[in-house]
Parts: sequence; structure tokens; C-alpha cells
Amino acid sequence: MNIHEYQAKEILAGYGVKIAEGGLAYTVDEAVQRAREIEGDVWVVKAQIHSGARGKAGGIKVCRTHTEVEQAAEALIGKKLVTHQTGPAGKICTRLYIEAGTNIAKEMYLSFMIDRSSERVIMIGSAEGGMEIEKLAVTRPEAIIKIYIEPAVGLQDFQARKMAFGLGIDPAQLNHAVKTIKGCYRALRDLDANILEINPLVITANHELMALDAKMVFDENALFRRQKIAELRDNTQVDNREVAAAEAGLSYVGLDGDIGCMINGAGLAMATMDMIKLAGGEPANFLDVGGGASAERTEKAFRLVLADSNVKAMLVNIFAGINRCDWIAEGVVQAVRNIDMKVPLVVRLSGTNVEEGRRIIADSGLPIITADTLAEAAEKVVRARNEVVAQNA
Amino acid sequence: MAILIDEKTRIIVQGFTGRIGTFHAQEMIDYGSNVVGGVTPGKGGQTHLGLPVFNTVKEAVDQVGAEASIVFVPPAFAADSIMEAADAGIKYCVSITDGIPTQDMMTVKNFLRRFPQMERMLLTGPNCAGTISPGRAMLGIMPGHIYMRGNIGVVGRSGTLGYEAADQMRSLGIGISTSVGIGGDPIPGSSHRDILERLEEDPETKVALMIGEIGGPQEVEAGRFAKEHMSKPLVAYIAGLTAPEGRRMGHAGAIISSAGESAAEKVAMLKDLGVTICPTPSLMGQTVAEVLAKL
Repeated sequence: MNIHEYQAKEILAGYGVKIAEGGLAYTVDEAVQRAREIEGDVWVVKAQIHSGARGKAGGIKVCRTHTEVEQAAEALIGKKLVTHQTGPAGKICTRLYIEAGTNIAKEMYLSFMIDRSSERVIMIGSAEGGMEIEKLAVTRPEAIIKIYIEPAVGLQDFQARKMAFGLGIDPAQLNHAVKTIKGCYRALRDLDANILEINPLVITANHELMALDAKMVFDENALFRRQKIAELRDNTQVDNREVAAAEAGLSYVGLDGDIGCMINGAGLAMATMDMIKLAGGEPANFLDVGGGASAERTEKAFRLVLADSNVKAMLVNIFAGINRCDWIAEGVVQAVRNIDMKVPLVVRLSGTNVEEGRRIIADSGLPIITADTLAEAAEKVVRARNEVVAQNA
Repeated sequence: MAILIDEKTRIIVQGFTGRIGTFHAQEMIDYGSNVVGGVTPGKGGQTHLGLPVFNTVKEAVDQVGAEASIVFVPPAFAADSIMEAADAGIKYCVSITDGIPTQDMMTVKNFLRRFPQMERMLLTGPNCAGTISPGRAMLGIMPGHIYMRGNIGVVGRSGTLGYEAADQMRSLGIGISTSVGIGGDPIPGSSHRDILERLEEDPETKVALMIGEIGGPQEVEAGRFAKEHMSKPLVAYIAGLTAPEGRRMGHAGAIISSAGESAAEKVAMLKDLGVTICPTPSLMGQTVAEVLAKL
């Protein structure tokens, strides 16, 4: 789960990380009010969306007067911002963070994440901050410091010092740097975050170490024990269909194609989408209906897939293990009857009680196209989609 | 014997008396697995499905000689149950539970590493369908009837995609020695590579099939292992050709987060390592058949 910059900063401040003075605004008036409350003569108006690269998308504006703050807020609030991370749909900006301007002497990079190879937390830093670390990793790998943290004993002072010196921090700020680095690690471990990134971490002209931006990503599986983190969820930043899916206990990811999919199991779902692509089509979504798919759940899944107006044909591919094909078939028949389905439907059933499932589909009298194998199912749904497109042309 | 389990392996079920544990324990018994009891803390001394219930895994090990366990405990408590099994001397544990926090798995793996290699419990899963040695024993939740006994060793992250592979092979008259689900989580108990090591040593396995996905480094690591240490051919399929970067595709582990993690990149690297790639998921059986024919 992603959170906003201001939320991550609030968390990190609680762990001893210094941040600039700032305030949250939902309206233009509030934005100006926040700027009035913050001393100084430079303010930064920052769009709060769940994406990096906001600066390039015009989501971060440096202002020198309250009027400029007002104009910046007007330009951002309620608007969609498109960054290379959001995709073409962009993300709506409903909140602004107004921050005191910082006089930067030096920019650095610092992050922590769970590394899948070593199965440990890895701390990554670079004295060259402000840019994309992925690019730096390719062009100048020697400029990146990596330190692995032993989970049983945690981050040690010598490791934090090693990072601080690697970042080129002045000995005068060493203690604060160690405190900052250890605070970040504690925040990641205490709160079940998977990723914590400060880019840039800066030294100000006043020789202070400060987090100028902050990103935290939390483990969805751990939210049951992190109630306060779970409350930070902002559904305006998530695709509506994915919110609806999560509420129905389904795993859904919207994509750009026009062939709707309902499949059981994440791996089989990805493989089926691959087959659709190889057959010349493009999937409209990923949808894992999961095990124990009841008729009610199946209908919810159908409604979710068909809510996407791009969908021109739909494929159901179920390999029943815990599921049973007869239950799925009943769910499909019920869903097709209850929803006024306007697009062709291809159903492929396999596994437990397959004969019974196929009989239920055949006996329903509904115009459902059936397939026995994965390849046949993909070919048939792409053909059906092409016929729909040809008819509408 | 097959790798990991056979008809003699003494199995206990952790989370035995719950709805899901009960259902799958019965399915495993019906398949012929040697289930000798189960563990539900606080219900020790009771009888369930005609088998003894124990308060602790240690009691099950001491009293009925439990060697393998399968965990159906809810995600908040599953890591603890896995570590209890390791501490009690269980040799092989399958964790079916889906949704265990990643940091809990980090703790579990760290705990397991403290045991000397020879005494260390093997863990597969979490978030997997389990392990089956067809015709001998099932330690999992798969539909046993679609698996035919034979000489292909299978390792995969996905449950239902593993069923698809087993079904394709069966329709071509090809059977399986052991099929191991390693699960879709970012930190799995065992990796593809860990299982390939066992399949390489297994006299019954002639060809290994690896069913991988986008995300993480482990398919390529397994490919490197195969190139350097395996005499048996390795066939692989990598799911997720259409997955966009940065989006989690159902499995917590299936997210492209850095270079080399997309399906296309993994396929290219595996090809370079001499792994035979299934060009489509509908050709997993066919590709294995072709490799088998060349032996």
C-alpha cells in the first residue's frame, strides 16, 4: 500500500528524521493559510499523489509570494497529473502539501527495502541524490553504496556510519546522520514497510540534514496489525475498479486491452493473458477469482470485468482444484442471466467435476462459447472479439 | 522414494481442526497420504477424523513420529507455526497459508538458517498448493486425480498453472515424479533452485519443468544452477508477458520492480543459459514431450 509524501514525512519525523515545516491543504484557501503560517519567503506547493517524478509533471511549484501559492494551488487541486509512473490515466490531486522552501547545499539518496535475493533489508545510498537511482545504478554503479542488515540484530551504528561517510556527510553532522539512518530502519521494521525512500536527503545551507521527499510502501499482508497505517489508505489514488474488487475479495488489475478475463489463480491468470496476447488479442484486465468461487462471487467478478466499457469479449478460464467446475458453471449461468451481457463469452473449464460443469453450460441454452483447452479458449475469444469489432466497423 | 514425500511419510496437519484444515486433511487421507494426526493448541487429547490432536508439534513428533507437516494456520499466526515445526524436528513443512507478512517470512528464514544444514527443516510455500508425488502421497490442496505418476519433476510458483501443466502432460501420457509448489510470495521457504537440486539427485526424475513468473531473481538463479550443476534437461515457462511494470499481479511476488524481472527478460536470460523455453503456456506438455523424446 502506498501513502502520500506528507504522511511518510509525519511518520519519519516521529523517528527522529528532520523535515521542513509544512502543512496540508485540501483547498486553495487552505493552501494560502498554510503558507501564512509558515515563516520565510519561499514556499513549495507539492501535489500529493501516489507517484514519483511529480516535479517533471509540474506537480511541485516553488512560490515566492502568497499570490503565487494561490495560483499554484489553483493549478493543482482537483487536477489529474500524469507522470511516467502513473500511466496515461494519471492520478487526481486532492491534497496539497505546503512546505517551507529549503536552501539546499547538497543532495543525496537514501533508501531501505526488503531484498528478495538476500531475504534481508538492504540499505542503499548515494552521494549523488535527486536523480533516478535506477539510472545511476546503470551508468555509475560504483556511486551506489549497498549495506545488508542482519535481521536478528538489526542495523548497527558502524553500518549507519559507513553509510553516512559514504554519502559524504560532514563529521559535524555525523551523529544526526546516524540517528536519521537508524530512525528510517526502525520505521521500516516497526511498521511493516517494504520500501522507504528519501530522495533527496539534503544538507541545507544551515548544515542541517533533512528529508526533502519521502516515500513509503507498506506490506498489504501486514495491515491487519498496523491499524494506523491502514487508515492512511487513499482510494482516490487507486483505480475505482480495483477498490471495488478489493471489497469483493477479488484481485483485479485494469489494463488497456479489450478482452475481459476471469481466471482462478494468479499464475494461470497471467498465463491465460499471455495466450490471449499470443493469439493476437489484448487483455482488458487481470482478475484472479481465487479458490472457493461461489455463484455470488462469480457474478461480482463478471460485473467488475464488464464495468470496463472497453471490453468487447470475455474469457472465463477455470482450472478447478478446490473449486468445482459445476459450482463455477452455475455461477457463470447465473451471472449471464442476471447481467444483460452484450459481449460474447468464452468459457473453458477443467479439473474437478468438469463433465458436470460442461453439462450445466450446455443445458443453459445461453449463447456461451465453450473451449476444452487453454489454446482453444484464447483463439476463440480473440476471434469473437474480432467479429464484434468487424460488426461495429 | 520420490523426493520430499512418499506413502510412508508420517504427516501432521497444523491447524487440523479448522474448516480448511479438516477438509484438506480428509482429501489427503483419501489420496493415500499417511496422515498421523494434527496440532491445534488447546485441543490436545481430542480425536479428529479418527486421528489424535496434539497441543504442540513436539508432542506429535514424540508420540506419533511426525516427519512432515502442512500448515493451514491463519496468516497472523502461520510464521509462528512454521518455526514451531522446525524447532520440534519436523523434516519437511508445506505452508499453504496465503497472506503471511513479508517481514514474518524474513524472520522464519533467519530462524531456519540457525539450524545446522543437516538438521534444518525444508520449507515450501507459503501461498502454494503443496507437494504431490503422484500415486504415493499428497501434501497439499491440489486435485490429486489430474496427476499421473511418471518421471517429470515439476517446480512452480502457481497452483492452478501447475494443474494446467500436469493436465497437459497427462493428456500426452506423460507423468510426474514429484510436483512442488513453492508459492507466489516475495520470500519463499524454498526457491526454484532449491527444488531443482533435489530433482537433479532424484533417480526417478528425467526432466525438470520450472513454471515461473515475473518478479524477483529466482528463475534466473535456477537457470544458472541448471547450467552449472544439472545433468538433466530443464524446461521452463515464465508467465506474465502482458504484465505492466510496477503492478502487482495477484501474487505478492509477481511485480516487476527492477531490470531483469519481466517475462521477456527472464526468457532471454534463461535461453542464454541453455534452458528450453515453452513458447506458450498451452505448450508446456508438448515442450516436455519433445525434450523427453530426445533423451
